[in-house]
Amino acid sequence: MAASNASAIARRSKQTAQVKRVVGTAFAHLVLTVVSIGFALPFVWMISSSLKTQAQVFIFPPRWIPRPMLWSNYAELLGVWQFGVYIRNSLTIAVPSLIGAVLSCSLAAYAFARLRGYGRNVLFAMVLVTMMLPYPVTMIPLFLLFKQLGWVNTYLPMIVPSFFAFGGFYIFLLRQFFLGISPELSDAAKIDGCGQFGIYWRIIMPLAKPALATVALFDFMGNWNDLLGPLIYINSMSKYTLALGLAGLRAVRSSMTPWHLLMAGSIVVALPPMILFFTAQKLFIQGIVVTGIKG
Amino acid sequence: MLKAIGAAETRPRMRGLSENGYFYLFLAPWIIGFVTFQLVPILTSLGLTFTQWEIISRPSFIGLDNWRRIFQDPLFWQSLKVTTIYTVGSVPLGLVASLLLALLLNTNVRGMAFYRTVCYLPSVTSGVAVSLLWVWIFTPEFGLLNYVLGLVGIHGPRWLFDPNWVLPAFVVMSLWGVGGGMLIYLSGLQSVPTILYEAAEIDGANRWQRLLNVTVPMLTPVIFFNLIMSVIGSFQTFTSSFIMTGGGPGYSSLFYVLYLYRSAFQFFRMGYAAGLAWVLLIIIAALTFILFKSSGWVYYEGSTSGGR
Repeated sequence: MAASNASAIARRSKQTAQVKRVVGTAFAHLVLTVVSIGFALPFVWMISSSLKTQAQVFIFPPRWIPRPMLWSNYAELLGVWQFGVYIRNSLTIAVPSLIGAVLSCSLAAYAFARLRGYGRNVLFAMVLVTMMLPYPVTMIPLFLLFKQLGWVNTYLPMIVPSFFAFGGFYIFLLRQFFLGISPELSDAAKIDGCGQFGIYWRIIMPLAKPALATVALFDFMGNWNDLLGPLIYINSMSKYTLALGLAGLRAVRSSMTPWHLLMAGSIVVALPPMILFFTAQKLFIQGIVVTGIKG
Repeated sequence: MLKAIGAAETRPRMRGLSENGYFYLFLAPWIIGFVTFQLVPILTSLGLTFTQWEIISRPSFIGLDNWRRIFQDPLFWQSLKVTTIYTVGSVPLGLVASLLLALLLNTNVRGMAFYRTVCYLPSVTSGVAVSLLWVWIFTPEFGLLNYVLGLVGIHGPRWLFDPNWVLPAFVVMSLWGVGGGMLIYLSGLQSVPTILYEAAEIDGANRWQRLLNVTVPMLTPVIFFNLIMSVIGSFQTFTSSFIMTGGGPGYSSLFYVLYLYRSAFQFFRMGYAAGLAWVLLIIIAALTFILFKSSGWVYYEGSTSGGR
């Protein structure tokens, strides 16, 4: 009697636990859906606006699905407003810079993670300090320096520093990842006659793909979205980057703001980093998660 | 962080170069870059603060005049006020929101990868595109925000056109980008050892108590990191103010770096702008110092003090 009673209670509590879990899951989905809609809605609004005519944009209340869909806005942007040129210009900065950042920062990170040298702790502390250094502090002297070198109205001020490990955060992130790679692997390589560069290039770099992808993505996004650099250094319109070109389009004076074009332009700017993010997503998440930010 | 340094191998020499030699060889690009693009410019910048220089003329030494002028400049104080208000408004809110979001996205339900992606996606885009999008969203008569507010019976303010609402608008916009902080929290959450939760559960702690007594203390280093980075970041706000308002209406959204940029590249007062840059450096250094000094609440694994 007592035993069956106990088992009944156990069963019931099991049932309530199950009900609780189902309700909990449903609630989680509800909250997640609401939050996701909140995050996604501005994007939907952006896409919707980009496919309207100038007049349709100002219809209130807004119509979410434009009729007709004006894909020609994008054609106008790429042709009349030269966005095709701007895309090429932005890539001319972002791709070399990304390569430079990955190479130079990984070299520095390897030194900090795997090599012993005089003053290593002090130098690494300097890296951490540069992470917190506001860009505006060096902005003016750097402008004067690059002006002297004749680099104004070229992309060199945005590209060259990347090859000199300009970015304490990247070094920090890569070093964290390198420290997590088992030293036995490089010891084994050493016994096989591998030098330091061999270990770096053939053992560490292939294993660090997630962290390298993360650095590459951050650096690409940083340059692609940067306004201040091109704003200071680039004068002629034919050399404008996408960010600068879009800012210029905003400054075009007309009786009504061409929101349909501005939104189409914003999508053109926003899309490449997103595509890159989706292709490298797995590596990227892994890079962040494995590295962590630990004390 | 420094603890792990000792873990590196201690092999004395490799072919040819000593390990120390390799260390400096690998570090050479960084050392050159650090000296050329950071150390020398910072010192040059300090030197410039004592000069008057309009680029075309030669710099002339004027002693402490720039520093004196800065502290008498109403626009300097205005830009400092704007930036401080924005920081105080956006940083704590962003920290809490990104933590809550991370906790939400750390639950174990189906389709989580999708939810995570949607919440992170705004952080992939930034700069001009996002600023323009939000100008359009904030447009009082035709914008998305006031439309949505109207659906629930709220008559929205004029946002970017209203001196009292322009900074709250910037804060609202910043919340859309909490995905970056969320991702860092998420990685922190996944490195909390499950054994701690199991132990807490055995001790009879409910979900709320586990959150307060296990999760939050274990996350404090991440919270601290996010706090410092977002304070530094918010003091450097530029693109959004440049694109969205140009500092207006009036000077009600004149962010510090926007004013600095204008001083240097529109009014060509290089010496004065260098002074502004140095004031910014001092402010950020002081804030970082204060934050580090008051970081007793941060729990570090293995340390006996500092935990709660």
